[in-house]
Amino acid sequence: MLYSAQVLDHFEHPRNMGNLPDASGVGMVGAPASGDVLKIQLKIVVDPDGTERIVEVKAKVFGCGSAIAATSLLTELIKGKTLAEAAQVKNRAIAVALALPPLKRHCSVLAEEALKAAIADYRQRSGTTGAAPAGTAPPTQ
Amino acid sequence: MALKLPIYMDHHATTPVAPEVFEAMRPYFTERFGNAASRNHSFGWAAESAVEAARAQIAGLIGCKPVELVFTSGATESDNLAIKGVAKAYREKGTHIITSQIEHHAVLDSCKRLEKEGFQVTYLPVSRDGLVDPADVAKALTAKTILVSIMLANNEIGTIQPLAEIGRLCKERGVLFHSDAVQGVGKIPVNVDALGLDLMSLTAHKLYGPKGVGALYVRMGKPRVKLVAQMDGGGHEKGRRSGTLNIPGIVGFGKACELAGQLMTSEAARLTALRERLWAGIRARLDHVHLNGHPTLRLPGNLNVSFEYVEGESLLMSLKDVAVSSGSACTSASLEPSYVLKALGIGEALAHTSIRFGLGRGNTEEEVDYVCDRLAEQVTRLRAMSPLYEMAQAGVDLNTAQWSLRETG
Ligand SMILES: Cc1ncc(COP(=O)(O)O)c(C=O)c1O
Ligand code: FES
Repeated sequence: MLYSAQVLDHFEHPRNMGNLPDASGVGMVGAPASGDVLKIQLKIVVDPDGTERIVEVKAKVFGCGSAIAATSLLTELIKGKTLAEAAQVKNRAIAVALALPPLKRHCSVLAEEALKAAIADYRQRSGTTGAAPAGTAPPTQ
Repeated sequence: MALKLPIYMDHHATTPVAPEVFEAMRPYFTERFGNAASRNHSFGWAAESAVEAARAQIAGLIGCKPVELVFTSGATESDNLAIKGVAKAYREKGTHIITSQIEHHAVLDSCKRLEKEGFQVTYLPVSRDGLVDPADVAKALTAKTILVSIMLANNEIGTIQPLAEIGRLCKERGVLFHSDAVQGVGKIPVNVDALGLDLMSLTAHKLYGPKGVGALYVRMGKPRVKLVAQMDGGGHEKGRRSGTLNIPGIVGFGKACELAGQLMTSEAARLTALRERLWAGIRARLDHVHLNGHPTLRLPGNLNVSFEYVEGESLLMSLKDVAVSSGSACTSASLEPSYVLKALGIGEALAHTSIRFGLGRGNTEEEVDYVCDRLAEQVTRLRAMSPLYEMAQAGVDLNTAQWSLRETG
């Protein structure tokens, strides 16, 4: 398979790989038997106005080069974003940005699923729902 | 000598054409371009005598008579012709075929097609080492069995099958015996009589000959094997395979067989030593590595290793200047891991982490050492990123851990 320059860049210099000992939410998806396992850890800080912000993100990947690249790009896209903004990051955008071939699109789906799982974990741990508090404006893009 | 990059270590996929082979072929593209079927002029005669010389060279390597060879476009065609050709010719006698789960797709898919046409096929399992048990063949033989097809050496794990024993069983029961011998011919001694073979598939491009030319050995005496041709046409190759012969290819195939015969003993010893150096070098540098296939009954140039916790495609991609292959699902169009590795029962997780090294004529000790160093560096880099590695280090049993199973695709 020929890889795009974007995939190669992220694969060779993956961003935000590692662990977050004080993560607020952890998502792990996939299985060794299916050839891909992805873990995303988020550190979320709530601003005085109630905005939840991803201040730190770390990931670990067992998967093909495209899965590593997709995860790396995803961490870049969500770092510093509000949770509401991060939830808008879709696998499709990652697949396009990395010019993933059709056979490799599912690798970016996995990255999105890991993010969703990490956010769900945070919601559960913090007892929050993620619904906008009354009176606040919906997040703008 | 400075190392030349990239390094080719994928000789099971294909091999370069040897310079001597290329030189032998050259005149047959231009000056000696005749059609071997042209019986009335010198151009045709020159082509025909070149074909017969090549037939003798190939026959010499496998211990058959030159007339017992049918030229084809490669082993895929040879496998199809052997299996379908025999099935159609012996249908009255029986409709049962025995093969193994680790055959090449050319064999497996030919058998699957025959199943749709009313044949019964037994796909024998293999041991953890990749061996077919001759006792399983004996048990599977029935009064309706017409053909047993077991490969000589596997293209992924290099395991060499006990063909002589299986051949004896077939002979006792009057059942024809075919082998896809593509990976073994020219690498290890092969003699059709010693192995009890009635049909055998060969291809030139795995033994430093050109792509697109192969042969099927078809025994002519005791028994005289009948075949139904799979293509209609001019009746070339005694009606067994129509189509104008690929003269340059056949000449190259013949020369490649002659060379392989001359080099076999020394190359087998050299490649076995290189293979052991590679495996020792890997084990010295990395832990959690597993050999796939048989420790000794394997092709000299074959090494198949699972690098636990590192997905195979990502490792291939990391080894930028080394050409090897992987049994991981991520490298296959089907997104399924290698069925050969699955058949060994090593588990899908390990299958995804496998790398196949195919050493060949050009490879050197320097290259092996370089590959060991790159492997150590890249496996370590990827393991540092692997959630599985950190779990295993923390003592989590990955086999019993809970995984969120998703649908791939
Ligand atoms: C065991 C085996 N059989 C058959 C083939 C197909 O050979 P060919 O490429 O000549 O059709 C190959 C190689 O791809 C092989 O390894
Ligand atoms: S993780 Fe298997 S193809 Fe990407």
